[in-house]
Parts: sequence; C-alpha cells; structure tokens
Amino acid sequence: MRYANTFTHRFAGELRMASIRAAWATLFFSFAVFATPQPTQEFALANGLRVIVQEDHRAPVVAIQVWYQVGASYELDGATGQSHALEHMMFKRTKTLKSGEFSRIVADRGGRENAFTSADYTTYFQTWSADQTELSMQLESDRMQNLVLDPAEFKNELKVIQEERRLRTDDSAQALALETVLAHTWQTSPYRQPVIGWPADLAQMQLPDLAAWYHRYYAPNNAILVVVGDVEIARIKQLATRYFGPIPRREVPPPKARPELPQRGEKRLTIASDKLRVPLLMLNYKVPGFTAVGHGQPATEAWEIYALDVLLATLDGGDSARFARHLVRGRELALSAGASYQSASRLEDLFSFTGAPREGHTLAELEAAIKAEIAALQSSPPDPAELARIKIAVVAQEVYQQDSLMGQAMLIGSLAVVGLDWRIKDSYAERIQAINPQQVQAVAKKYFQSDQATIAYVVPAQKHE
Amino acid sequence: MWSRRKSMSRWHRKVRYGAIMRNCATISGINLLRVNALLILTLVALTARAGSPRIERWATANGIPVYYVHAPEIPMFDLRVVFAAGSARDGAQPGLASLTSALLTEDTAALGVDDFHAALEATGAALGAGSLRDMAWLSLRSLTDPKAATPAVELMRAALLSPRFSDEVFVRTRKQMLAGIKSEEGSPDALGAKALYRAIYGDHPYAAPTSGTETAVSAFTVADAKSFYQRYYVAKNAVLIVVGALDRMAAEKMTNELVRGLPDGEGAPPLPAVKALAVPHAVQIEFPAKQSHLILGQPGIARQDPDYFPLVVGNHVLGGNGTVSLLFGEIREQRGLSYSVSSYFEPMAVAGPFVATLQTDRPRQEEARKVLHAVIKKFIDDGPPLAALAAAKRNLIGGFPLRIDNNSKIAEYVTLIAFYGLPLDYLTTYPQHVAAVTAAQIKDAFKRRVHLETMAEITVGTSATP
Repeated sequence: MRYANTFTHRFAGELRMASIRAAWATLFFSFAVFATPQPTQEFALANGLRVIVQEDHRAPVVAIQVWYQVGASYELDGATGQSHALEHMMFKRTKTLKSGEFSRIVADRGGRENAFTSADYTTYFQTWSADQTELSMQLESDRMQNLVLDPAEFKNELKVIQEERRLRTDDSAQALALETVLAHTWQTSPYRQPVIGWPADLAQMQLPDLAAWYHRYYAPNNAILVVVGDVEIARIKQLATRYFGPIPRREVPPPKARPELPQRGEKRLTIASDKLRVPLLMLNYKVPGFTAVGHGQPATEAWEIYALDVLLATLDGGDSARFARHLVRGRELALSAGASYQSASRLEDLFSFTGAPREGHTLAELEAAIKAEIAALQSSPPDPAELARIKIAVVAQEVYQQDSLMGQAMLIGSLAVVGLDWRIKDSYAERIQAINPQQVQAVAKKYFQSDQATIAYVVPAQKHE
Repeated sequence: MWSRRKSMSRWHRKVRYGAIMRNCATISGINLLRVNALLILTLVALTARAGSPRIERWATANGIPVYYVHAPEIPMFDLRVVFAAGSARDGAQPGLASLTSALLTEDTAALGVDDFHAALEATGAALGAGSLRDMAWLSLRSLTDPKAATPAVELMRAALLSPRFSDEVFVRTRKQMLAGIKSEEGSPDALGAKALYRAIYGDHPYAAPTSGTETAVSAFTVADAKSFYQRYYVAKNAVLIVVGALDRMAAEKMTNELVRGLPDGEGAPPLPAVKALAVPHAVQIEFPAKQSHLILGQPGIARQDPDYFPLVVGNHVLGGNGTVSLLFGEIREQRGLSYSVSSYFEPMAVAGPFVATLQTDRPRQEEARKVLHAVIKKFIDDGPPLAALAAAKRNLIGGFPLRIDNNSKIAEYVTLIAFYGLPLDYLTTYPQHVAAVTAAQIKDAFKRRVHLETMAEITVGTSATP
C-alpha cells in the first residue's frame, strides 16, 4: 500500500490495512519473554510459481493470498486503471464458474474475500476455515488461467469503477489533493498515475485492453502464493502442485523502465478545494527504499533505509516523537503533523510529511516548522534516549503483529512482490537496533535537500456566492 | 516500516469520532462500530470445530465485573475498562463524552504530558481511550513481561484514577475537536450520518453527534469534563475485559490493582426508549459533489430485542452479506449504480439505527433511489428468498472461526458481551438461534419493524438537477 488513494480494492470490505503495522524500533531493552513464531518457508513450482508459507496454529483458519506482479506503475499513459479494472473483472465469469459464483462459493462457506490493487501489485485473498484451503487453491488456479471477459459485464463493471472513483477520489478533498500532488511530484516515474485511473482513461477503456493485460501478466511465474494459518507446509506443496502445477509458464515482459529524472529545483503548488474546510500541507522528498540498495552512484547502502525508518520514528513515531512534542504540543502550531516513508516499493518512492495548521497559524508557518525539524536532525544527531524509545516500540510491535494472520500475510507478500527478500522482516528489529544517531543525521543530510522537495498547500476554495 | 500510512495522525482520528455510521472511534485501531455491526451478524455462528473461547467472569475487590479469556499463545495481553459514558450521556452538551475521553490519556496528577507519553512509550505498550454513543473506554495492549506490563498498567491506572485535566491539554483538545467538527462539513459521509441520527432520534440522546457541535464545544470548560468524569468513570458504571497470556491469578491481581480506589459512584441510568418514526422525513444536505449519498434509516433494535435474530439474519440476506446480498446484486451487479451498497442493524443499549445506504452519480440519483426502495419493499412484502436465506445462514455459521481468530477480535466481542450484559454462553447458543430463524419469522419481523413509508431519507449532494 502506498497511499490511501493509490490503493483500491474491489468493494468496501473489511481489509484492515492497519494490520500492516507501523513498526519502529528494536531490541535495545530486551524483554525476557519472546514469542517464537513458526519460521516462514518458501518453495517454487516448476512453472515458476513462488509459494510462501507461514504456519500459525492458534485458530483453525487460514489467510490465502495470490500476489501478481502488476499494478498501476506497469501501465502506460492513456491506459491507466487497467490493473484495477481487471481486478474487478476477476470476480466475473471463468470457463468453469458463472459470474459472481466465486464470491457466492466463498460466502457460502463462511469465507471473506476481496482483492486490492496498488501501484506495484494486484492481490486476491480469502480468509476462512482452514479446511477450505484446497478450495482456495482450486478457485485461484481457475481464475489465473480461465477468465472469460464478457462485454456486457465489463460495461456494467466500468460504471461501478467510475462510481468508485467519484466516491473515493473526486468527492474526497484529501484524496483528490493527494492524486494531484503525486502527479506533480513525479515527472517521469509511473508513480504519478492514480491506481484507479484517470477519468478519461476509464472512459476510453476497452475490454480487449484488459484481455491483453490478463494474458500478459497472469502467469504462474509472475505470481506469488502466500499462505498463513493452520496449515502444514507438506500439504500446501501437494495442493499447490495439483492446482497450479499444470498451468504453463509464460514469458512475461518486464515493465517499461521509466526512471524518474533528476529533480531540478523545488516544486510548489496550491490546490483549491470546495470540499475542504481545514487547510492541509503536503511535503514530499524522493528517497530510495530497499529495492535501491546496491544501486545508484554512490550505491545506496542497506543501513540507510533502516536509518530513514529511525528518522521517521524520531519525527512521528508516537506521542513522544518530535512532531507531537514540538508542533502539536510545544509551539501549538499544528492540529496534526505526520510523516510516512514508503521503503518497500518497486521504484524510488517518497518520504512524505503532512500536516494541518491550527487556527491562527498558516501553512507557511507549518512548512517552516517541519523543515526546521528536518534541519535539526541534519545539524545534530538525535539523542540516544530517543532511539531507545524507538527500539522498544519495535520489539513490542514484532510481538503484536503476530496477532493478525492477514497482517503477516500482507507483510510477506508486499515484500516478495516487489522483488525483495521477505526474510528482511525477520532481521528488521535487529537492523534497526544497530542504527546509531550519527547514521540518522547522515541520511537526514543526504536525502532531505530543499531543491528536491515538492510542497503543496491545499486550501479551502473561496466561495463565489 | 515497510509500508505504513501514518500521516494525518491524531487529529484525523478525532475527526472520525462518532461521525459516521461505520467509521467511528477505534479501540486499539479497530473500528468498533463496524465490528459491532459485524459481530452482531456473526457471533452468530459457531462451528463445533472452532469452539468458542472460554469466558470467565468474576468481580474485582471493589465489585467491578471482569470478563477474562486466557489466550496463551502470544506473550501479550489486552486490558480494557469500559463505562456507560458515551455521548448518550452528553445531555445538553454534545461532545462532552468525547472531550472527556480525549483528556484522560494525556497527563496525570504525577506526570505532565511529555513525561506521561515518554513513560508509556518506554514500556512498548499502547494505551488508548475512546467513546461511542453507549460506551467509553480505556484500553491497553502490552507485552506480558513484567518489565513492560507493570509500569504500563500503572500508567493506565493513573490515567483512569488521576487524570490531571490541565488547562494546556483541555485547550488544545477543544481546538482539535472544533477543527474536527469543521472538517466534517467537508465529508459527505459525516454530514449524512449526522443528519440521519438527527432525523431518526429527534430529542433522544442518540440524536446528537458524538463529535459534538460547534456551539456546545466552544462553550465547554475543563470543569464540565471533570464533572462528567466524576459522574461516569466510577466502579458501579464499569466493566473490565482481559484477553491474553495471563493466567487467571495474574489477571485478577492486575485488574484489582488497576481499579483499586476507583470511587463506587452510581451506574448510569437506563436510556429512554426510542420512539418510532411517525411521518416520512426527507432531508437534503447541499454538498458540492459529483455523487449523491442516499441514506435511509429508522430506529432498529436494542441488544436484547426479541426480534433480534430474525432481523439480523434477514438483513444479512438483504444487505449485510457483502457482495452476495440482494442490494449488492440489484444495485451494483445488475445496474452498476454504486460502488458500495449495504444495509445493517446497529444494535445498541436501546434501539440503534437500521440503515441502508449507497452513493451514486448525481444524474442517476433517482434511478438508484427507486431501486433501493423497491428492493427493500419487496423484501418486506415477500420475505427472503429461501435459497438466499440458507446461504446467509451458512455464511454466518461457517464464518464463525474468523470472528475469533485473534486476540483483538476476541477482545472486541467480549467487550460487547460484558458491556451489554449478554450471557456468557451467548456465542455457543448463537448458531442455534441463527439456524432456527425461518423465512416466515423474518418476513413477519420486517413487516412489523421496518417501515419504508416513514423512514428518514437523507440525500447529501447537489439538489440542482443536472
């Protein structure tokens, strides 16, 4: 998931994105009792399908997800929204199932299902009783190869998608502003495109476009099956082989390389919204993530990514972090101030700041205050006590996140699908623990240059009455 | 870490306070109202295989009921104390319950704001507070290691027993609430929900928005919050919930320690009964949007309602069962009129709302309205199609294991059982109740209880015909 509005699913279901927890920090003060979850394991079928299994026997349930390596960032201009539209169509007919039968079968057995599309991936999932594992495999393998795209159904579903866009983007001041800001932040990167697609692209979308998209990307060697729950790996091997094994491997062309051009100076925009009542600030910096490690000139090193995560938590990791202490309390400048860092994206992504000024304060004041917090980290390393707090939180979060099957599956899948080794989740806490204050200062200096910023003021529109 | 969405933190959560039918305050990040709606529908089903978690009940030394589930697998626990201190107790001061709740976890007699948060974060625990219409709560999630748990529970105790109510925190929180209220004016969901509750509840305490009104919140003083706290955050108005890797003795000790010295006080009085709507009530809320939000509603059911099972199971067929409900089929799958369409009962202490809602492009508003009415009318007139009823029951019963597959979910439903005084075997008997519901009972219950002709109908959007 990248942003709220760049992540969209088939229906307003109950997928809890909160289950991918924001985790800061580490093993600094190590707690005596430590849960040892079952290790995650991976195998591959001869046709290239990767299967990752995490056994969790607390409850007789299973979360099963199929991650396809295709999303909005694979789409070209004029054809945005295809991945998401195809995701909707994947619940329609197949050669063996009638339209909507997939959902009826799952509901009939007490299951929950949904799907979601991001810039980097398209994912389908069921959570249900573990004895339905085989049925999941059967259903998912069926729609991986047997989708029937019907023109009448497409025509109807396109209307639904257009309603989805109106609901979640056009009529939401914040989502629409975010879409606009991303389109201005990125010049050549496909991350400038909205996952749901531009309105004109939806209007001109044709069924053969989706058929081509399906045949291009829905191959076993372009998918990852993630299973978390009350299952045995041997049985999963057997089932995966039976149901997915016969699907032939296909050549999947890599997406067009569309690297972002170097930014030549600060970008600034003002967005007026007739639906907004409280002004908002958005401030973006382009930074590398895990996929950049080993690339670039000089090459990005792995510790830098962890140091950026620690930097994030220093500023916005709870009520003791600097934004809460200095901006919301302290100077009482902000109603809210937050930061986020997309460290596990396929391409270079953003370190973003957002905030709303308190009445009597301006967006410019808030912008200056956030930049001053960044500058403070550039000029002096954070206090070791701040890092200690962050590290304690990460230890606790590692334990808490075991509570959610879906959360565990999401974490594994979202790493694997962008080409990262999911094992970095297991060493994450340790790597964070190893970060020292000087490293945080170093990444603050290296990546937060004022000529690399995109700054947006989102303001309530003047009323013309 | 990997991908997080933690921008727009604090204040945006506040914006959501009780604003919206199903987007309300959170307990440990879980959307309680939505969970409520689901649970009602879903506690329903118990497969023999899954078994239900064993709930034990006792009382603390000062008489507060404790509901406890032993979940030994992960070395953590959830601890909650819940009061009948939601916005239904606001009286003439809408927003007071929300304000009071927000002031509790900031500073205490012993610790200022910065020190309180620093002490809490040194434990790795998460302490939260929140409120809805019926209830208000403090919740803690912590590791069981005493190095974390002992200080965390101590801090929760301080928040509960000796909140500071400092001017600094009060003034800041009130400003955030006011900004939240202002911000809701830009949200069609929030506007629609507020209008719906007003239309359904008239002069009943459920009518006012949980987030308050600008006039009321502007006039609050810290003394208002203090006296609300002293009246409602008392032993006789409380229940406790513990779920986690603590044995019974440890849980008893912890809960006794948490509430030791909490004044007895008085339980909150029962809420007045909700009057049925007598005349149709249509409200148009002007909003500059492409879509119109249509919301139909009326008083629905209380937790202990005798028609509970027929109505809830029936609604699962009508608009509660995700993508396979009748409304979803007719509105979305057949006509592409809306991305999201559903109906639900929200059982509360007294009749919570029945709501049916969709959003559609302005030019198709009338078409969508007609179909929405027609589907509901047909359901009331004819009852559920038998095949659909059988499928809905299978979904409710077969889906049971998912409702209790982690500690967060278990804590959510034990909270409902504890707060609403449902029997401890509520879950084990639920599937039988679901299984026993017949199409005739559903038809009869809907006919008596759901009245399309007097339903409140809210439209948020532009009134100008395109």
